[in-house]
Amino acid sequence: MSGWDRFAATFLDRGVMARYLPDIASGFVLTVELALLIVLTGLAAGLVLALVRSLGVRPLNWVIIFAVDLFRALPPLVIIVLLYFGLPGAGITPSGFVATWASLSLVLMAFAEEIFWAGLMAVPRGQWEAARSTGLGFAQTLGWVVLPQALRITIPPLTNRTIAITKGTALGSVVAVSEILAQSQSAVSFSSNPSPLTLGAAAYLVLFLPVVAFGRWIETRFRA
Amino acid sequence: MGLIVEARGLHKHFGALHVLRGIDLAVAERELVFVIGPSGSGKSTLLRCLNRLEQPSAGSVVVDGIDMLDRRTDLNRARQRIGMVFQSFNLYPGMTALGNVTLALRKVAVRPRREADATGLAALDRVGLADRAGHMPSQLSGGQQQRVAIARSIALEPRVMLFDEPTSALDPELVGSVLAVMRSLRESGMTMVVVSHEMGFARAAADRVVFMADGAVVEEGAPEAMFGAPRHERTQAFISQIQRH
Repeated sequence: MSGWDRFAATFLDRGVMARYLPDIASGFVLTVELALLIVLTGLAAGLVLALVRSLGVRPLNWVIIFAVDLFRALPPLVIIVLLYFGLPGAGITPSGFVATWASLSLVLMAFAEEIFWAGLMAVPRGQWEAARSTGLGFAQTLGWVVLPQALRITIPPLTNRTIAITKGTALGSVVAVSEILAQSQSAVSFSSNPSPLTLGAAAYLVLFLPVVAFGRWIETRFRA
Repeated sequence: MGLIVEARGLHKHFGALHVLRGIDLAVAERELVFVIGPSGSGKSTLLRCLNRLEQPSAGSVVVDGIDMLDRRTDLNRARQRIGMVFQSFNLYPGMTALGNVTLALRKVAVRPRREADATGLAALDRVGLADRAGHMPSQLSGGQQQRVAIARSIALEPRVMLFDEPTSALDPELVGSVLAVMRSLRESGMTMVVVSHEMGFARAAADRVVFMADGAVVEEGAPEAMFGAPRHERTQAFISQIQRH
């Protein structure tokens, strides 16, 4: 057996791959669902926090900054494990899916808040003053004048951060979420062959390569 | 003629800095008051206190009969009657010239889009830029941008216009077009308070010149008197320095 043949038998066993393809496909679907949910709630929560912060209520801002720093500092896996194994002690028993979704949403929320906030701060004061001097209120100025400019600036960093965090869905495998990595690993133990891992990697590429390419396109488009 | 602007005993502190030290300023209807003075004298702060972009530390501001410092005053409504033009234009970069002019008309005065567009186009026409209605600010020269900014204010039919160094950020060859628009506004009877270093314009168009230094009004009077025979030493020094250039 040549080196290549050994490699192919280990990582590219067609029979094994065909047998476990359906499992990994279902893991793929679950990963997509999980990722979409995280993006939705994470970005929405981050935007809301940034908008609340722009009201400039001191005590409220301390709470926001504390929460944001906390979730940026903790490793996502630690948060997932804490929620999954810790919450039952408080009478709430989240599924692995819910624990992963909530954890990664919190992490994305924290990073997104900082990015949105930086975007809002980057809009010149003169924009606020011009709008307010024509009689637009705070919310109108924010919504019609400042936020559109801020969002434009935030799209590239936000896309990158969103990709980085949604990839963390693989961490759900630790708390029994049958996403791509978990499906691959269980297929590996059943078949005693690592080929499903190759399939899993391919599934991640299919999922995230277009997103990464989209992020690159967005970055060039909005840099100007 | 009634007073449009009546500020009394205005003080403004920025921390330890005492920027306005008891300013009184009254502007009659259709009057053009020119405010001059060295940088840091508080001219811009005074202007910004009139529409309450800056909150005065003490004193009173009444504009067109509305007490601007009263808690019950609907500030957003009051501000529609006070146009303001900034040194740095501050056009909304993501909107066309017409979009800039009509935003407040649509969102604050709540006019339907068609009516707002008609009013906006008329305002752009008054500043000579009706043919640029669809241009983005980045496609306009500085002078054109400032004229769009003026149109944005006059579209709301203000009772008074505040100009905060409207030509200071412009290349010299673009200043004239903005001053021409200001002159035509003045001829149409607009009440104006202008902070500017355009002394030629002050001589030609101002009813009254106010000289400020260190947060106080040092001297005021008709332009001929202020430029020809200023009484105070500080005014003399300032005017001779300006005219040397």
